[in-house]
Amino acid sequence: MNSLEKLIEECSKQAFDLNFTHAKKWKSGDKTRALVGYLPIYFPREIAHAMNALSVGIMGAGDRKQIIRGDAYYQSYICHLPRGVIEMALDGSLDEFDGFVFPAICDCVRNLSGMYKLAGKGKFQRYFDYPQNFDAAIGGVFYRQELEKIIDDISAVNGMKLSIENLNHSIKLFNKNRELIEKIYDIRQEYPWRLSALETYYIVRAGMVITVEEHNKILEDVISCLSADRGEPMDNIRVVISGSFCEQPPAGLIKSIEMAGCYIVDDDFLLGSRWIQGSVAGNSNNPLGELVSAYLNKSTFSSAVYDVGNPKGKRLVELAKKRKADGVIFSAASFCDPALLDRPEMQKECDAAGIPHINFQYHENTGQFKVIKEQAGTFSDSIKLWA
Amino acid sequence: MSEAKEVIKEKSMLIQKEMLAKLFRELSTAKESGKKVVYTFVPGNLTELILSFDMLPVYPEINALQSGMRKKSAAYIRDAEKIGFSEDVCTYVKCDIGMMLNGNSGPTGEKLPAPDLLLLSYTGCYTFMKWFENLERLYPGVPVAMLHTPYQEDGKITADQIAYMVKQMKEDVIPKMEKVSGKKFDLPRLSKMMENSAKSEDLLVKILESAKNKPSPIDAYFAGVYYIGPLFTAFRGTQEAVDYYNELYKEVQERIRLGLGPVTPEGELKEERFRLVVEGPPNWTNFREFWKIFYDMGAVIVASSYTKVGGVYDLGFRHNPKEPLESLARYCMGCYTNMNLPQRVQLLEKYVREYKADGFLINSIKSCNSFSAGQLMIMRELEQRCGVPVGFIESDLVDPRYFSYANIKNRLESYFQMLEQRKIILERESQPAQ
Ligand code: SF4
Ligand code: SF4
Repeated sequence: MNSLEKLIEECSKQAFDLNFTHAKKWKSGDKTRALVGYLPIYFPREIAHAMNALSVGIMGAGDRKQIIRGDAYYQSYICHLPRGVIEMALDGSLDEFDGFVFPAICDCVRNLSGMYKLAGKGKFQRYFDYPQNFDAAIGGVFYRQELEKIIDDISAVNGMKLSIENLNHSIKLFNKNRELIEKIYDIRQEYPWRLSALETYYIVRAGMVITVEEHNKILEDVISCLSADRGEPMDNIRVVISGSFCEQPPAGLIKSIEMAGCYIVDDDFLLGSRWIQGSVAGNSNNPLGELVSAYLNKSTFSSAVYDVGNPKGKRLVELAKKRKADGVIFSAASFCDPALLDRPEMQKECDAAGIPHINFQYHENTGQFKVIKEQAGTFSDSIKLWA
Repeated sequence: MSEAKEVIKEKSMLIQKEMLAKLFRELSTAKESGKKVVYTFVPGNLTELILSFDMLPVYPEINALQSGMRKKSAAYIRDAEKIGFSEDVCTYVKCDIGMMLNGNSGPTGEKLPAPDLLLLSYTGCYTFMKWFENLERLYPGVPVAMLHTPYQEDGKITADQIAYMVKQMKEDVIPKMEKVSGKKFDLPRLSKMMENSAKSEDLLVKILESAKNKPSPIDAYFAGVYYIGPLFTAFRGTQEAVDYYNELYKEVQERIRLGLGPVTPEGELKEERFRLVVEGPPNWTNFREFWKIFYDMGAVIVASSYTKVGGVYDLGFRHNPKEPLESLARYCMGCYTNMNLPQRVQLLEKYVREYKADGFLINSIKSCNSFSAGQLMIMRELEQRCGVPVGFIESDLVDPRYFSYANIKNRLESYFQMLEQRKIILERESQPAQ
């Protein structure tokens, strides 16, 4: 077994390899393998896995790539993520990818799917519409049809057919994956000093660019390392971060919040990996139906999902309570309509529950964290003062 | 002759004014008269269905744009920002929420009634969903019906998508409408309305396509949103709408016969110098000033995408009395902002060619990701495909902080100069060699 330090180092390398070297190498191992890039937030990777395809999370270029051409495609008042995603399409980083999936989370990602179509990038560019009706006979049927389109897309690339057996196998692997990630969050809930939020971020994000089998192994190793104590408990407050589900905050921002005296005990940074709450039935005669039902009934709360009847503000408060958080930090990408339009109502719910909160906005390539660090520091101090 | 022309014009304008005044009167007394009120959106609106239950529609975007024109939006937006809305988000939403915080006075100054039903026709814009989640919390207890419109991601409308929408209407939207209105769904009545819709749609297309004439008798952007389009949304399906569009069409035909250009706020445009296709919504806070920059330069907008957010009828769609619910589904999915980017490019290209435009211009709106994200790529494609000069300006719908008159005027003047030069070159090239 590798040491935790080594595992973290390896994960941080994988997580930010914008050339996706590992995934491309995996693809070259067999002619029937395919690479499917997907954007935030959620894509049921099980179906790709069951068809010998690797789904690779394209989370933007962050502060790791200089945007040369991408900026010419977007006005200043549009968030940063799509610039990096176009840049990668234009600079050849995604050339070995067979297709792309654009989940229905906002109009930027939606229109980006059309830009990929116009640019002829990949063999398919699929806008993946999430149903906003949660009745199995209506939204469920629609969602299944959406999944079937992607199944056909992959099949057209590599000739693979989706079998019940394979899909059940993939479902089990991803159940395990989510279970292990949750286990890490649970350990951090009790011993947040053993693994920092940034280290956790690297570990989870690496799972978006390597195979689930490899990732499960890493997660298991990390968990066994975490049984021993590491680091020292500090006089930090505990916070939940909300609003960072798509354009990712730079690593420096996560670090700054921690250094300002906040243990991040839950977050929505890489929400797609934790989207389904709990397991999907893995021994069914209708595994695709199980994925549909999991989406309808077990999805986490998110700005991309219509929430009348199950408001996300209330669910955020529940999460904060479950994690015994002292406060919530609303941290959203600038110009991110979905996150920012949700904020006032979510703040109201926090107020009603007596949960203190602060908010700030960032760009994925923000380089200055002084103000954010100060803000988080003051937040932490004020909570400690009144505790 | 000019007298007759004036009479025709006044007649259609008078009809419009009276229809709108009546609607707002009805809205202001809805609670007393027992009429039920439905808040819903323009793109993918179910006007016929709402009217078939004798309910009254309120369109929050129209209230927002009217607030912009009446110079009230700046204060409304500020108030919404005070309660936590970011400076970065869609200003239509903030303007609407600010208006509610300030007593919900509508465009005519009369108080708008609270909704009895929130009908979220989630078509072509993600923000609509957020908007209604916010409204739902501002009006607790008011039922919400969600109609999710699938995006035309493949550039076509499929039978499965239609079935999904019809099911939502049958299982959710219509039962909620029945409950709120206390009336049974009346399919024959809905079909009858659709006969009227199709008639109005035929007329609307003829009016918009009249801009293919040289000179164009209409401005298909400014006038398109100012007096050609507005009635369409709230009254489609009624006999009054058919009568109005008949009048308007007669007026347009008369202008064509006389070889007249469009009517502007300062009278008739004397010389059509440039014909443009415009993509993107207009600015409302400085609408007149904005329009004036164009007509002062003799620029006429012969086709625009914004007038198609409520339906792209010129591509052939008509509401169909024989399949009312299916045609509502098709209608919602066919709206401009629900078309994928390649379709949008194709449509704009068709406009440039068929309307013999001299240029293509984008007014990019800070607020609106649905329109704006991808526009720079649309611009490149249009430039390559059509070879006409392309222009790009930026403003906002209802936030006056983002309307810089001097900046826009400068940019447009340079753009018009470019068009002028190109005209000279083209004219020279078309002359036989000496
Ligand atoms: S950051 Fe927000 S607006 Fe930008 S692509 Fe992501 S969800 Fe859309
Ligand atoms: S984002 Fe655009 S289409 Fe959507 S509500 Fe705002 S202005 Fe309208």
